[in-house]
Amino acid sequence: MSSYRIQGATGEWEVVIGLEVHAQIATRAKLFSGASTEFGAEPNTQVSLIDAAMPGMLPVPNGECVRQAVRTGMALGAQINRWSRFDRKNYFYADLPQGYQISQLYHPIVGEGSLLIDADEKAGIAEPKTVGIERIHIEQDAGKLMHDQHPTRSYVDLNRSGVALMEIVSKPDMRSPAEAGAYVRKLRSILRYVGSCDGNMEQGSMRADVNVSVRKPGEPFGTRCEIKNVNSVRFVQAAIEYEATRQVDVIESGGTIVQETRLFDPDKIETRSLRSKEDAHDYRYFPDPDLLPLELSEEFVAECEASLPELPDAKRARYEGPLGLSAYAASVITADVETARWFEALLAATGKPEAEVAKAASNWLTSDLFGALNRLGKSIGESPVTPAQGAELLGLVADGTLSGTLAKQVFEIMIETGDDPAKIVEERGLKQTSDTGAIEAAIAQVMAANADKVADYRGGKDKLFGFFVGQTMKAMGGKANPAVVNELLKKALA
Amino acid sequence: MTDLTDLGVAAIRDGFRAGDFSAREVADAFNASVTAGRKLNAFLVETPEHAIEAAEAADRGRATGELRALSGVPLGIKDLFCTAGYQTTAASHILEGFTPTYESTVTAKLFGAGAGMLGKLNMDQFAMGSSNETSAYGHVLSPWRRNDGGNAPLAPGGSSGGSSSAIAARLAPGATGTDTGGSIRQPAAFTGISGIKPTYGRCSRWGVVAFASSLDQAGPMARDVRDCAILLEAMSGFDPKDSTSLDLPVPQWEAGLSSDLKGKRVGIPKEYRVEGMPAEIEALWESGIRFMKDAGAEIVEVSLPHTKYALPTYYIIAPAEASSNLARYDGVRYGVRELPEGASLADMYAATRSAGFGAEVKRRILIGTYVLSAGFYDAYYTKAQKVRALIARDFERAWEACDLLLTPTAPSAAFALGEKVADPLSMYLNDVFTVPASLAGLPAMSVPGGLDATGLPLGLQIIGRPLDEQGVLNAGLAIEERAGFTARAEKWW
Repeated sequence: MSSYRIQGATGEWEVVIGLEVHAQIATRAKLFSGASTEFGAEPNTQVSLIDAAMPGMLPVPNGECVRQAVRTGMALGAQINRWSRFDRKNYFYADLPQGYQISQLYHPIVGEGSLLIDADEKAGIAEPKTVGIERIHIEQDAGKLMHDQHPTRSYVDLNRSGVALMEIVSKPDMRSPAEAGAYVRKLRSILRYVGSCDGNMEQGSMRADVNVSVRKPGEPFGTRCEIKNVNSVRFVQAAIEYEATRQVDVIESGGTIVQETRLFDPDKIETRSLRSKEDAHDYRYFPDPDLLPLELSEEFVAECEASLPELPDAKRARYEGPLGLSAYAASVITADVETARWFEALLAATGKPEAEVAKAASNWLTSDLFGALNRLGKSIGESPVTPAQGAELLGLVADGTLSGTLAKQVFEIMIETGDDPAKIVEERGLKQTSDTGAIEAAIAQVMAANADKVADYRGGKDKLFGFFVGQTMKAMGGKANPAVVNELLKKALA
Repeated sequence: MTDLTDLGVAAIRDGFRAGDFSAREVADAFNASVTAGRKLNAFLVETPEHAIEAAEAADRGRATGELRALSGVPLGIKDLFCTAGYQTTAASHILEGFTPTYESTVTAKLFGAGAGMLGKLNMDQFAMGSSNETSAYGHVLSPWRRNDGGNAPLAPGGSSGGSSSAIAARLAPGATGTDTGGSIRQPAAFTGISGIKPTYGRCSRWGVVAFASSLDQAGPMARDVRDCAILLEAMSGFDPKDSTSLDLPVPQWEAGLSSDLKGKRVGIPKEYRVEGMPAEIEALWESGIRFMKDAGAEIVEVSLPHTKYALPTYYIIAPAEASSNLARYDGVRYGVRELPEGASLADMYAATRSAGFGAEVKRRILIGTYVLSAGFYDAYYTKAQKVRALIARDFERAWEACDLLLTPTAPSAAFALGEKVADPLSMYLNDVFTVPASLAGLPAMSVPGGLDATGLPLGLQIIGRPLDEQGVLNAGLAIEERAGFTARAEKWW
């Protein structure tokens, strides 16, 4: 499929997209206070004197937030600024107790980097694409207004006030809703690998401001509109589709796009103007005099670097290369850090060289386990089967104790009961048998009952061999070793 | 028996330890003095029970041999310090009724050292002012009067005017002050007492209502240099709750006091000889130079070429920070809320802040908002920060030629209340000698140097290198010993 284009009355239009993703830093305490960041607490129960901006209170940076921002920057191959500074963004709102948000405008902690979005033919992304990262800075979240508590008044919940966010700003490098979606998914994947954000968009720990403009291919950038606070991958894509089409319509009907902030309405799937540039706040940014510049020591930076896990791109390359997985399996397993961890725990539990077991393990994981989890509506973290149990099951197949068919039966029982596979095999007698006497007896029985087919087979109808295998297995209750059955059948029918 | 309110911090501490009197007697004497001095309007809140409780604890401690640095010493606390359980308003209507649940680090240290609190001291609203006339609760009167028989009520200086007046009038042996551009030193000079602003970062700002964060610094005000050293020692120290706090041990300033200035070079900055400086101030400065020489110091002339830009720089940076620091007073969580019928959120902000802030505070919020606005930021704020760096560099260069600087504290003696209210610029000029050290974060103190022709006190300022509070205190002591300043305000209240 060729590039994404909007067909307008005057020809094709290209959409230009940049994203500002706000990711809540996964720390127990807030950015400048010791209050808890746990989600879902009763309103105003996680508010320190600092978060409520009581007179005389001062912010003290939480080192862990700084560390996670630096590690995130490193995971995006970005420039780490050893000297950065906090600025105040001044505006009045009831969810902003200080009357300013502490952010980093002039000197962010992380500079330029990049993110690779993977090819996805189905989504129209023909080749992997590098999206530039402009910067990452650290800032405070605001509180939350509650409008449904009183007929004429609004209440404010300051639990989120002061929670640490990373704002990850991309360059305007994306050209389709699918690319933007892939960017958000990949970014979320990396954040989860790094452990700097749980990526949970439903709980608001990740949300995106989407900048959209349109232009005729090859022309300079058009005027952009910013769609605020979009909170799912699906909505990011829907908002872009709507907004790009709206802009084309405006331009083609003789209008001009005004730079403005827009709101996405997920019910109507449309964007609406929130405020224009003329009404934009003058935030009066200036360096926060309560805070010293952040200076990162060499040791601190080295520790951040050393603590980084293997990241999805590297992991995927290793799975496809040394481990010999298919491109599909490598991509599916590495997309989510929990799956990758589960998979690696599974490999480790087999006690065998990874390259030897990886393929069988990945097949089982992506078909049997994923199938079961899908059916149960569970994530891999909630899997009723542990990696050790999975490894035991794979071992029973590898050593011939279980046939593929039996393994599937055993796995179903594991899912239901949570029991170990060996125990299930033992208790239910599901063990595969290679007892030649029993198998020969069964074969004799089958041949006696199907004398006509035996004659046909011997007369040249080779295809009937499968029929005899099936009948023999049936007579054996599915427990016969298929290799032994094959061998003995060939002998008997010869 | 001597009147206990005639004693300073050291004398109370030592007399209490020696068993000359009980802490309770001291507390009672000062509590009575506070009550008798209400005409001065120095206290916004009187807290006799706090002083008594601390005194009784001190007396019990003395009986069991447990003596702390400030056992038996009652103090006045500027209302900029948050005090747990006691209303703290920064002398602004907007914080009326606000009683903190927390204790500022500085007051916690003082109380932890055994001091008691006589009350919360009046001040210029949010520490913005040089005369105490911007308080929402009425101006403080200086106990001093001119000897010309006019009896014009005089300004005690500002913003720590409640502190200066209370000490000069013997309502308290010592008090906390805060100094953003001269708010400890100028009122000390106006009332014939001593006060030191330490190096920026010595005293924690945690729990001190913020005016201009990069300049605000707490310090003691007291009758003499030794008392200042004692109090400063108790107030200072690293506080992990203040990111700009200095992580350094607190020197033993009292033990290190020495008025022998042999080997010290004292710089006289020529740019401080401002045009139109009254002859009396000139003469005061000359006698200061004589005192320094007499104490063994060598006098050198130095140049601080960017001095003339200090005041405009200060009046950009301080309001800029204030405009942001004061945004939290919005009527949402504490203090005054004005909610007219049918008001929107923006209406509530406007009504609350219009009613809650005084004129000078509003003026500075407007100035600060303006200088930070898009299109003006570079011309004002960025430029001011650059000039601030140049002013700091002036001092660094001066330290190559000298160890301390000697200047007058203020360009005049105390002025009459109302005299400068209508002219903010002439009011701002009061800070002309004190602001440069604030911008550079340097330790600086004012000590009484003499009297003007009308019998009003004049102060001399000593500025030191970063962290050299000891040098500053020692030079202050040398002046104190030679100036023979014994004048005191005659009691009329």
